[in-house]
Amino acid sequence: MKRERFLPTLLLMWVGVLAVLLASLCLGRYPITPKTVLQVLVSRFAPIVRTWDPTVETVVWQVRLPRALAAALVGAALASGGAVFQGLFHNPLVSPYVLGVSSGAGFGAAVAILLGAGAAVTQASAFATGAVAVSLTWLVARSGLDWSHVALVLAGFVVGSLFSSLVAGAQYVADPSTKLPQIVFWLMGSLASVQWADLLRAVVVIMPCLLAITVLRWKLNILSMGDDEARSLGENPEWMRVVLIGLTTMATAVSVALSGVIGWVGLVVPHLARGIVGPDSRRLIPASVALGAIYMMIIDDVARSLTMAEIPLGILTGIVGAPVFALLLRRSRSDWN
Amino acid sequence: MEQPRPSVVDIQDLGFAYGKAIVLHDLTMAVGPREVFAIVGPNAAGKTTLLRCIERVLTPRTGTVRIDGRDLKSLSARDVSRRVASVPQSHTPAFPYTVQDVVLMGRNPHLGATSQPGPHDVAAAQEAMDELGIRAIAARPYTQLSGGQLQLVLLARALAQEAQVLLLDEPTAHLDFRNRHLVLGRIRDLAICRGLTVIMTVHDPNDAMQYADQVGLLRDGVLVALGTPQEVLTANNLGELYGMPIEVLSDGARHVIVAGIGS
Repeated sequence: MKRERFLPTLLLMWVGVLAVLLASLCLGRYPITPKTVLQVLVSRFAPIVRTWDPTVETVVWQVRLPRALAAALVGAALASGGAVFQGLFHNPLVSPYVLGVSSGAGFGAAVAILLGAGAAVTQASAFATGAVAVSLTWLVARSGLDWSHVALVLAGFVVGSLFSSLVAGAQYVADPSTKLPQIVFWLMGSLASVQWADLLRAVVVIMPCLLAITVLRWKLNILSMGDDEARSLGENPEWMRVVLIGLTTMATAVSVALSGVIGWVGLVVPHLARGIVGPDSRRLIPASVALGAIYMMIIDDVARSLTMAEIPLGILTGIVGAPVFALLLRRSRSDWN
Repeated sequence: MEQPRPSVVDIQDLGFAYGKAIVLHDLTMAVGPREVFAIVGPNAAGKTTLLRCIERVLTPRTGTVRIDGRDLKSLSARDVSRRVASVPQSHTPAFPYTVQDVVLMGRNPHLGATSQPGPHDVAAAQEAMDELGIRAIAARPYTQLSGGQLQLVLLARALAQEAQVLLLDEPTAHLDFRNRHLVLGRIRDLAICRGLTVIMTVHDPNDAMQYADQVGLLRDGVLVALGTPQEVLTANNLGELYGMPIEVLSDGARHVIVAGIGS
């Protein structure tokens, strides 16, 4: 894609983000017209005569807006995280969960739920164990003689398996009538109970991480050439990798803490973005952020309005993601051969 | 060797070892501006290791490497990469970047951690592509190129670094006869036009004979001979280096190295 065509494309994507956000506020079991939604939003900041039911205000402002924004934030974090990891590991099939952050966070959440903790503590616990899992992966990989990205991915697999077993253990001892459904539901991902406070806690971590990743994104091109060539090009690959993995892990761990484990987003969205703007991370990262936000908001809209009961997000992203990814593989194999 | 002459790359008593396995022994050599220096030696003689020590991807055990009088030890990785650019022997593409995007990566040494290439960098990349005649394929994914084109792209990336010293690790390893001479000819021209100092390793001593100003024979990490191609690339020296009979055929001006007959 030519440079001149990238900025309009990105602009279009952000218009898409706003449009989907607006649609998310309208859609649901209690449909609201876009006009009313806009009036409700504006009335927060400007004096307008209120012609709508207070319930409408609550639904838009307290329920749907934080939830849609959380979906956008998680989608942006997971998609850009996938794009970063794929660049770092020179492999388009790597997801942001590859270093074990999701299993680690799942274990923390499961333990917190077992102990009867509230939402905030569950999130904090999920974040902490997610970070511990990635640190452990790092240590295991470093202990080997061959300190490479392959060692890191293998160590991530080992640590992820360990924490998966621990999660299974937590599920085994959980009370099957009360705690077990909670743990299972958390592990499948949901934004149903997101409140402003949860969203703000996530925003203050994820936004700076996304900003820093955006600023450093050109270096991903250099790192994707391999360590030796990156060194020849004057880069310190070890150090840059630590920084980028740190930022990505932070954003991913907070996302998982907020929404539970939502798979496939970090794989499908960067791939989609690469198909539109090409592999250059100067374009890929901003495009992944925007497309990730759109994708996750749409998934969440489907999750809450398709059936009477909420569908867990992880189930939807899997059902949508696997076929989409299979299709992308067929169509654009030349994309990364 | 004794008389002082202006050298760009000055290597003194360089030694390197992987763990206990010593790879380079007390290497001393100097290469001047506009000079093409070829390192000739059998597999595992330490040719690539020597290049990596010069660009400081590997840190020598002993000795010093000076570029323009500056000890590399006193320079940061970024500063080294502004003085020394290198073209790897093989390259595995991970993503289908465009040719221009790959060449642009050569600008990295001139960019801070948070900055991105600007118009000036794009101009430098385009100049490098012009110089090697690959401007026409600038928008092509570099994964779809022939071996010769890929080699030129990586060479253009190194040129975009605007370093004074250019290192090439077996630049013709994957090339056919025509591309081999095309690439080596371009390298020769670059040394003269851009005033570069080129150090390259070669498989085939004929490449050194035809394109180098100076040749070093490397055997088991020791520089066994150093001088002009005609001085160094003799049947005797090469026979000892490769452990096989070798003949140098000559028509007076040109010399061709061939495997000798018999054992």
